[in-house]
Amino acid sequence: MDLSELLKIGDREKKQQKSIRVHCCTSTGCQAANSLSVKNNLANAVQELGLSDRVEVVGVGCMGFCGRGPLVQIDPEDILYEVVTPEEAPSIIDALSGGVAKPIQGNSQHPFFARQMRIVRQHTGKVDPERIEEYIAVGGYQSLYKVLYEMTPAEVVSEISKSGLRGRGGGGYPTGLKWATVAKMPGDQKYVICNGDEGDPGAFMDRSVLESDPHLVLEGMVIAGYAVGANHGYIYVRAEYPLAIQRLQKAIQQAKKYGILGSQIFESPFDFKIDIRIGAGAFVCGEETALIQSIEGKRGNPVPRPPYPAESGLWKCPTLINNVETLANVATIIHQGADWYASIGTENSKGTKIFALTGKIRNNGLIEVPMGISLREIVEEMGGGVPDGEVKAVQTGGPSGGCIPASMLDIPVDYDSLSKIGSMMGSGGMVVMDRATSMVEVAQFYMQFCREESCGKCVPCRAGTVQLYSLLDKILNKQGTQADLEKLETLCHMVKKTSLCGLGISAPNPILSTLRYFPEEYQELIPAESLNGKVRHGSS
Amino acid sequence: MSVKTLTINNTPVAAEEGKTILEAAKEAGIHIPTLCFLEGVSTVAACRMCLVEIEGINKLLPACVTQVTEAIVVHTNTPKLQEYRRMVIELLFAEGNHVCSICVANGNCELQNLAIEVGMDHTRFPYRFPKRSVDVSHPQFGIDRNRCILCTRCVRVCGEIEGAHVWDVAQRGADAYIVSGLSQPWSEVEACTSCGKCVDACPTGAIFRKGTTTAEKQRDRAKLQFLVDAREKHEWTR
Amino acid sequence: MQSITTKTKTSQAQTGKSKKSPVDKRLKALDIAMKRNHHHQHALIEILHKAQESFGYLEPEILQYIARQLKLPLSRVYGVATFYHLFSLNPSGVHSCVVCLGTACYVKGGGKITSAIEEELGIHAGETTSDKQVSLMTARCIGACGIAPAVVFDDIVTGKQEPEKVLQKIKAWQSEVIGD
Repeated sequence: MDLSELLKIGDREKKQQKSIRVHCCTSTGCQAANSLSVKNNLANAVQELGLSDRVEVVGVGCMGFCGRGPLVQIDPEDILYEVVTPEEAPSIIDALSGGVAKPIQGNSQHPFFARQMRIVRQHTGKVDPERIEEYIAVGGYQSLYKVLYEMTPAEVVSEISKSGLRGRGGGGYPTGLKWATVAKMPGDQKYVICNGDEGDPGAFMDRSVLESDPHLVLEGMVIAGYAVGANHGYIYVRAEYPLAIQRLQKAIQQAKKYGILGSQIFESPFDFKIDIRIGAGAFVCGEETALIQSIEGKRGNPVPRPPYPAESGLWKCPTLINNVETLANVATIIHQGADWYASIGTENSKGTKIFALTGKIRNNGLIEVPMGISLREIVEEMGGGVPDGEVKAVQTGGPSGGCIPASMLDIPVDYDSLSKIGSMMGSGGMVVMDRATSMVEVAQFYMQFCREESCGKCVPCRAGTVQLYSLLDKILNKQGTQADLEKLETLCHMVKKTSLCGLGISAPNPILSTLRYFPEEYQELIPAESLNGKVRHGSS
Repeated sequence: MSVKTLTINNTPVAAEEGKTILEAAKEAGIHIPTLCFLEGVSTVAACRMCLVEIEGINKLLPACVTQVTEAIVVHTNTPKLQEYRRMVIELLFAEGNHVCSICVANGNCELQNLAIEVGMDHTRFPYRFPKRSVDVSHPQFGIDRNRCILCTRCVRVCGEIEGAHVWDVAQRGADAYIVSGLSQPWSEVEACTSCGKCVDACPTGAIFRKGTTTAEKQRDRAKLQFLVDAREKHEWTR
Repeated sequence: MQSITTKTKTSQAQTGKSKKSPVDKRLKALDIAMKRNHHHQHALIEILHKAQESFGYLEPEILQYIARQLKLPLSRVYGVATFYHLFSLNPSGVHSCVVCLGTACYVKGGGKITSAIEEELGIHAGETTSDKQVSLMTARCIGACGIAPAVVFDDIVTGKQEPEKVLQKIKAWQSEVIGD
């Protein structure tokens, strides 16, 4: 296939598309709310009302407003319906020819939508993720073509470097630098791994991207393979995401059929194949060295770095590991140019970031915002604040992150600002807590998570998280003393400084950040006699 | 082979490229405490005892796997490192059921030696008193998991030197334990050659020869080194 | 080579289990999966997924069979099978109920749902009722945070759950066995 054929497929698809497209979300969240029946009933209604010549019902990926699903959106008028039931669904079609739609009509101009800037999610909610033709019709795979025929691998790497893209998995390592390192390594066999082991509780951005626009990720992977000189890629996806796995499998098959994956892509000399590896329930496998162990069929124990995977990764070959969202940025950067991308965001954090906005908040769901937007804008304007209450804290970065107090909501959301205040960008979970939430309990919840997800290899993480958890338990049971609080903090620092991998290094963050910003909540749990004891002890 | 010069604890040291900081320090007569490290088998950097500070690097790095680089300035025994090492030992003592007075390895135990070295006379963390199993089904040897610190030396020595791979780690996190075969009694694992290398490799009294009682455990660590040298360097004399 | 594989398989199946034919069929599925992966040792996790899918859980005989076929040490196979949460070495119940305990679900009451079920069934998360009817599990975020708290009943995700609703569903499952 060459470019003209690719464009032809796109044109044919566009011509076939009806003038009115009724988009019905078929992602995990909305499916759980019965969106498949909604979609069926919509399609039946189109048939019954004889509108098939101008109306089509399309199953699409996540529209983001998951808390109000199932969602139905109609183009070109951009009408949004929320919480659509299968019973009410036909009335939506009826409304297209003068009837009255029963479901609640949403406001697509709401800040939740209007404040977003969609790069990674530009097609989600508009294209059918199960049909490659729809992806091609919106310009898909043109970046790959451009890369293969108009750019050298070194030019691709420099374009990504110039864009300022940083790893979206949490670390924020400059993507271009990573690509350059792998590209420079000698050796014929190299690998590209897409890390889709999104394990942070409260985060579902990657699932949504994989379910809604799998080809965007595949295209990013192939471009990465070309840039670094790899011919084989793996996508590691959590087994908890069956729909994402199924859609990826379908996408890979379709791309192979069109000669966009496999040997001699677009009839160029470049070959690239992609295999899917399915996780088996281990959070630690999100850590890149553990993930590699897992692909090799072993226990997901992290191994010390250096050597970094870029030098010695999968089967000791140079390996590029990027997160789903990182790779999903690539095609657009190539298409729109690095300068365009670098114009978005802040000085050191470029582009956009997807967040999963959840917890005690009015508007639940996924948002993609430019870097540097304030936390307040996200929580209060887009999220609509806490229903019947006030924000106490926002947790970002999952079990590796920290709790940001309401008083600091004005900080800009970017890598550096968040880590400066003891939290981190993380993969993008953003959980809002209200006044009723006990921060010590939250810290314990995360510590329980880390304790159970520790692989057990290194001592500080294996034994330290157990002791940290039981110290919090003691404190929550009002049996703690001032000395226990000090011990808690000392042990946190030790685990942070001495653990082998990111899990252990960041495990104490939720405790440290709550100790820092909500010390009174810990103090309130220390019985008074112990406090007196402390005072006497201190004054003597 | 090129030589790198570095500074360890204010002493200038020269080491061949590719050597680890641990090896370089040893050659220079500088002691760095280790626990999971065992000469002749792969390194895992799991115990974190050999962490060292390198000027200009924010992270502490394990000396057993970190290779020397030109002009680095290494500190192996700062107050912070001493404190962390002590805590590692405290965590280990609180994690298992370590009762020296009734242990075969009493007086000949690397964990005990390290406790003395780092000055740990008590642990500030509550003992976990885990329920762990003892397997004495093997005719010559026994494993008492109460004394195990999960250093995985036995796993490595059995897999890498003997080649039998009787042992591995099962479960994970705090539940992890050393397993033989499909969690079968040791005697039922056909792969075991009864070579006894795991006994020699074990730093504590977790794996022992039957018939040894309190404080009687002996190790022939030199035998392991001999085997490794024979295999890798083709030197067949001790 | 192929015929040898088949022979070992049959003899294994006979020694391993008394109910021959269904086991044979499931073993065949497992064999196909191993063959498709060229008996590569690094495909262990894929194979374990397949085995669990076919047999419901990973019994020792199956783990031993896989180890022999892939020529892996038994302890290594056991170590991998017990490392990952999704692999189960015990048979699970007829129905499964997975409560999501991701942060969003936890903040919105996932923990309360779990304790309500634990109390009702008299089992802990990760266990199966003595009548083998219901297995209760907890998950680390199933990614349905928008509809928290989420519970997965027999692989079907349902959102915005409450303890009473969940208990109703579970009681319905339990009454099936009485009805039979």
